[in-house]
Formats: sequence, structure tokens, C-alpha cells
Amino acid sequence: MNENQQSLWQFMAEQSDKLFNQTLQHLGLTFISLFFAVLVGLPLGILIARKRKLSGSVLAFAGVLQTIPSIALLGFMIPLLGIGAKPAIVALLIYALLPIIRNTYTGIVGIDANVREAAKAMGMSAKQILFKVELPLAMPVILAGIRTATVINVGVATLASYIAAGGLGEFIFGGISLNNTNMILAGAIPAAVLAILLDALLALLQNLNIKKLKRVLIILPIVILILGGFYLLPKAYGSSLTAGFTPEFMGRQDGDLGLKSVYGLKIHTIVISDAVMYKAAFEKELDVISGYSTDGRLKAFDLIILKDDKGIFPPYYAAPIVRTSSLKKFPELEKTLNLLEGKINDSIMTDLNYKTDQLHQSPERVAKEFLESQKLYKSALNGKGETVRIGSKIFGEQYILAEMYKMLIQGNTNYQVATKTGLGGTKICFDALVNDQIDFYPEYTGTGLLVLLQPDADFARKIAHDKDETYNYVKDEFIKKFGIKWLTPIGFNNSYALMMRRKQSKELGVYSITDLKQYLDNNK
Amino acid sequence: MISVNGISKSFGGNEAVKKISFDVLPGESLILLGTSGCGKTTTLKMINRLIAPDSGQININGKNIAGEKPEILRRSIGYVLQNNGLFPHYTVAENIAIVPKLLGWDNKKTILRTQEILEKLHLSEQYLSMFPNALSGGQQQRVGLARALVTDPSILLMDEPFGALDNVTRTSIRKEFKALEELKRKTMVMVTHDIHEAFELADRICLMDKGKIIQIGTPKELLFKPVNKFAKDFLAGEKLSLAFKVVSLDDLWDFLPSSETRTPNAMPSTESVWDTMEKLQMQNSIEVKNQSGSYKNIEFDKLTAAFSLYQKRNRHE
Ligand SMILES: Nc1ncnc2c1ncn2[C@@H]1O[C@H](COP(=O)(O)OP(=O)(O)OP(=O)(O)O)[C@@H](O)[C@H]1O
Ligand SMILES: [Mg+2]
Repeated sequence: MNENQQSLWQFMAEQSDKLFNQTLQHLGLTFISLFFAVLVGLPLGILIARKRKLSGSVLAFAGVLQTIPSIALLGFMIPLLGIGAKPAIVALLIYALLPIIRNTYTGIVGIDANVREAAKAMGMSAKQILFKVELPLAMPVILAGIRTATVINVGVATLASYIAAGGLGEFIFGGISLNNTNMILAGAIPAAVLAILLDALLALLQNLNIKKLKRVLIILPIVILILGGFYLLPKAYGSSLTAGFTPEFMGRQDGDLGLKSVYGLKIHTIVISDAVMYKAAFEKELDVISGYSTDGRLKAFDLIILKDDKGIFPPYYAAPIVRTSSLKKFPELEKTLNLLEGKINDSIMTDLNYKTDQLHQSPERVAKEFLESQKLYKSALNGKGETVRIGSKIFGEQYILAEMYKMLIQGNTNYQVATKTGLGGTKICFDALVNDQIDFYPEYTGTGLLVLLQPDADFARKIAHDKDETYNYVKDEFIKKFGIKWLTPIGFNNSYALMMRRKQSKELGVYSITDLKQYLDNNK
Repeated sequence: MISVNGISKSFGGNEAVKKISFDVLPGESLILLGTSGCGKTTTLKMINRLIAPDSGQININGKNIAGEKPEILRRSIGYVLQNNGLFPHYTVAENIAIVPKLLGWDNKKTILRTQEILEKLHLSEQYLSMFPNALSGGQQQRVGLARALVTDPSILLMDEPFGALDNVTRTSIRKEFKALEELKRKTMVMVTHDIHEAFELADRICLMDKGKIIQIGTPKELLFKPVNKFAKDFLAGEKLSLAFKVVSLDDLWDFLPSSETRTPNAMPSTESVWDTMEKLQMQNSIEVKNQSGSYKNIEFDKLTAAFSLYQKRNRHE
């Protein structure tokens, strides 16, 4: 156990401001979308209870909407509604719709036909029957639907942080990227508690007797609106440009924290996922984003990198890291993997990424064409030796590298190859390596230093400026601590970078982070 | 008062009611009798426009009901449903107050009238704050009746009001029902498939089969002058007990022994043989007086003897 390690409580206490805000945002998102979902779903449910022929298609449609993966749905929303609150609320509304429509429908349809007929025979009008008989009798079922929708919304709202809509997802996903368990729990525990609390409260409501229920139902929309209102609290926007940073970037010394302390950058910032960030910049929803310097989308969306003139972003040179035990087992492995040494620089990597991400070529094809162009490709020997297990993280560049290594091993040695690609994030991939589930995977020096080794902050800052110092440090420490060897770097540096649209950068005359700060200071 | 002229109704291809016509006079109770599915409920529901006829016309007090607003029409007609149809989310008091509320009565009037009608229907006021599901079937039925009667509508439609009850409860509620002062003035159309119920409660019976009227007439006419084989067979198994119900002491007058004494409060001769027999279970003899002022003294065996003489004579006619 590290002495410096904070306890969860310390973390929560320290971040209580943020935590409180995120919780309010989370509640707000949940309830605003719930409010609109009821506004849309209840009349729809009533409509299809009246016109039963429509029920099949409406329920099927709402059902299909609900099966759209949340991230994909949020992604679809960006071109339509941009980023931030609007698309998040619409997406949540869509998920909440099905249980509300379905329960309103079944609630009304399930009412004893005799009762409805009696109401009619007494001389009640259609409207009176709806409000005095059908809705009150269907209310427990409708409330059950609202309860389901609420719990779904509390869950899905964690994903709202992907598109800069805030909520407890900021901690959860920031924590996952940073391998910071306290941060994950600081988001996940309140989210779970919210879900359980709201579920229990609504269950209470559902079981109230009719008299009390009537009173509560008058108060409920007001409560929902007030809770929803948390989200609409005006936020002070202090700058003319808007930045979108990933949750990971937000929490890192070599990220937003460094931008603030070293450059003194003050920019209106929203938290957003890597998946939609580049697109949002392209669509002019964002002006500055935190990307990776070799990302193919840099090329696709015509973005440029702002020069890190004070050197806060540490080097992220990629190199295969291999278990020493595997090197013994496969004597030819090191030599083979080092064939790529120095072969891929930043712009080549960006180009390769562009081919897979944007032109949708298979990583296999891209890898093969590159090796051929470098005269490194040899057709597979189909050897019957032991099997080398290659790992990769879950993004494009890693897939391409894994394919290249596979082809190199198959073409130059007798070993067989198994690839285990898509091993989630750093933590999952590294754990697989440590636990002998894979033999090697490509890792980055910066990640090795700041995420896996986590030396104290001052020391990290000192060595992180220098690419060789960093490499040597992680190389020594990994052998000592984990029995894992860093082979020689491939050449490219996939570091953090601030990016802007090429056109905007030219218009504003902003080419470096210092330029950016000056521009912001002059245009408050 | 109610005049039904050639109404028909089909559901899909199925003709539920075929060109039916009948009149119900003010204060009369007409009972629609027939086997299950013969179109009784459909006919009844057309009278308060719960179902619209495909053709034909219904007039109430000379006015074509098709020209009236259905809600307004329905508020003026009491309706008791086949399965009582009480609102489960309303208390008994609220259930009874539904139509008064729709008519805009003030609370005080509703409360007073509710108390009055509860008393008449022998329902304790303690039930008022309860929900229907806490009541027995018979109590629910009474509440359903109270709900239909609370605004004192001149027309009452009832669809098997005692249908859901067991036989014993059914018989006793029927008796109370028959004795209700409240109902005597009302024009009623009631549906049943229970022959005895029809014979006990009807002024006239409308016998239906497969959507058509077979015969309309008084219970006596139905029993003694059936128009066809269907009408005859319909009552066949119950003939004797029905005869006890429709034949009155007046009909047997000539065959009964005369009385020595003349008690002023002697039983009226309009009583049915059935009811007289029931009374003779408790006492040996009863003194009866008819409208022209003659007196008879009846014992059980004398009564049955007179009844069989009466039957013999009718058969020969
Ligand atoms: N809403 C409806 N849709 C289709 N068919 C119907 C409908 N209502 C009644 N019917 C049909 O019309 C016929 C007459 O039905 P109705 O309810 O009037 O019978 P009933 O004499 O009241 O029978 P019961 O004694 O069983 O209540 C039946 O064949 C029934 O199936
Ligand atoms: Mg019926």
C-alpha cells in the first residue's frame, strides 16, 4: 500500500464541491428528461390505448429506440443537437419513453371493462372518464413505469459526460481512464445510491392508497421540475472560446491541471468523450480539444496541433513491452519485434490511423501495405512452434501495431501467433500481461510513467520533459518491479496535444498554447 | 313512455338484434327474458345509447333519443350493470355521488339523499367510507342499485341486477326489491334469464330468442297462452311453480270455501297462490277478502284443491 494513497473518503471530501455539483447535475438530467418523457409518453400511451391498432407499431418503435446502444445514440445526437445538455436530455428521454408508454397502455387497457362502461352509462364524458376513472385506476401501473424509467435514467445519465452534459459520469469515466479507483467510486457510489433511493421512494408512492396518492400526484410534477431545475442553473461562462477535454485529461497533471498551473490558461471547459470530441470540434461546437497527436481524425477533420511550447505534455513514445519470461521462451522474439524500430514517425502513424478510422480499411490490410512498402513483409512460414500471445488496447493504432507484429512473427519465425486485441484500457491490458495472459503489447512511455508507475508528482514532472530520461526510467523500473522489458521505441510519439480547426487557428493567429492564452486574455 | 321501433344491431356479420319493437308504459316494468346471447343486453344498451342501433328508432317521452346528447340522456336514466361496475377507487359514498356530481347537485343535497336511499336499501351508513372491494357481493349489488336510484330517475334500466348472487341472497334481495316504494312509480326495463325472477317482478315479459321477440305479454299470458312451441318449451319445466306465482286468489275465488267471520284486516285476494302457501306454513288458516266485499277462509289443503279445480277448468277451455 502506498502511503500517499488517499482513502475514498478523503477523495470525496476533497472533491466535495465537484461531487455535489455532479450529483445535482445528475439529478437534474434524470428528472428533466423524465419530465419530458412523461409529457410525451403518457399521451402516447393514452392514444394507443384508445386506438389499439396503433399500439403494436408504437410499442415496437419505442422498443427499438431502447435497444440502440447508449454511446451510439449520444453519437447520433451530435450532428442534430450538438453537445451538452440538449442531446443528453433527448437521449435520456428516448430511453425513458418505452416503460412509460408501455405501462400507461397496459394500465389503461387492464381496467375492468365493466367499470369503464359504468362510467359511460352514468353519463361521464370521454374526458371525465379519462381523468376520473382511467388514469386514477391505471396510476399504480403508470407509476411503476415511471419508476423503471427513473432507474434507467440514473444509469444512462452517467454516460452524459461523454457529450459534455456533466453528471456523475465525469468521475466514473475520468476514474476509469486514470486508473483511479477512488475517483470511479466517488462517481459510482452516489449514482448507485441515487438509483436505490429513487427506486425506493417511487415504490412507496406506488403503494400509497388512492386518497394520499391524489395529493402526491399534484406535488410530484413540481418536485420533478425543481429537481430538473438543478441542471438549468446558469453557469458562468468566462471565455470566448470553448474547450472540450476528456475526463482523463481533466484529471491529469500532464493535462488540464498542467495547462492551468504552467500556462495559466483560463478557458471555458466542458468534459466530453474522446469518441465524439473531434467531430464536435469539426462541427464548431468546440474550439479547442485535447487529442492524441497521432489520431487519424486529426487528418480527417482538418485539425492542427498547438505547439506545446512550455513542454507540459510528457512524451508518449510507443514500444512493445514484453514479459522477460516470454523473451526466454521465444528467443527470436526480441529481434523480430525490433524490426519496427524507428520505422513509424508521427505523420506516418497519423496517416495509418486515418486509413483505418476514417477510410475504414481493415487494420490487417493497412499493416500489410505498410510492411510491404518498408520491404519488411514476408509471407507466413506457418511454423508449428509455440504460440506467442499478442495483446492490444481497444483503439485503432494498437490494432494496426498488433497486426504488424503478427505478420512479422509469422514471416520471420516458426512461432504461432494468437492475438488478444481490444483489451479495454491500460489497466486491463497491463494486468493481462502481468498475469501471463499475454506475452507482450505496445505501450507508451508516458503511460508507463504516469499511470502504471505513478512516482511522486515532482519527480514525474522533472523527468517527463525528456524523452530519453522517461524511457530509461520506465525501462529500469519495469524490469525491477514487474519483470517486464521495454524494447526499443517504434518512433512515433502519441502524446497529448491541444488541437484547433486549421482555419480558426489561422484566423486567430493561434499556433501555440501560449498564443492561445494570450488570445483568451485579450478577448475576455 | 319508452317506445322502441324496429331496431336492429349486428356485430360484424352476427345479427344480435333483429327489428325489435316494443313499448314500455309509464310506471310499468318490462322484463327482457331469454337464453344467453339472445340480445337482451344489446337491446337494453341501445335505450341509453351505450350502443347505437344500425337501424330503427327509440323514443322516450315522444322524443327521438338519437337527437339528444348521449351524456345528458344517460344522466337522466338509472342504469344497473350486469356486474355492478362500481368504481374500485371510489368509496361507497363517492360511488353513489357520481351522477349527482355530474348533475351539479350541492353536497348537502347529495348527502341527505344518499342517507335516504341507503336506509331504503337497508345498507348501514358505516359502509359509506369503505371501498367496494371490502363489501360482500350482495352489498355491492345494493350500492349499485343505490347509485342508479340516488337521483330518482323516472326510468331505470337493469341488466341482471341479481345475476352475480347466490340463490338465497338473490331471493331475499328480490323480495325487498319488489317491496321498495321507490321503485313502484318507475318505468323499468330489466334483463334476466331467470324465469322465476321474471315472473315475480314483471308487469309484462318480453321473451326473446336469437335477436327476435317471440312473445310479449303478462306472465299469465306467457304461461297459459304461449304463441308457439319455443314459448311453450321455454317454460315447460317450471310450469307448476310458475302457475302458483301467476294465479291469484281472485282466480280461484269460486272454488274456495266461504268464511264464517269477517275480520276487517283480512288479506287481499290479489295475493298469489305461491305467497299464500308460504303464509300457510306459519298458520293453519287465513281469512281473505276480495274487492266486492266477500270473505273466504283458506287452509292449505283447501287451497291446493281449489288450484287443481282451476287448472282442470282452464285445460278444458
Ligand atoms: N361488443 C360486441 N361485439 C361483438 N359481438 C357482440 C358484442 N356485444 C354482443 N355481441 C354478440 O351479440 C349477441 C348478443 O349479445 P348480448 O350481450 O346482447 O346477449 P345477452 O342476451 O345479454 O346474453 P347474456 O344473458 O349472456 O348476457 C351475442 O352473440 C354476442 O356475442
Ligand atoms: Mg347480457
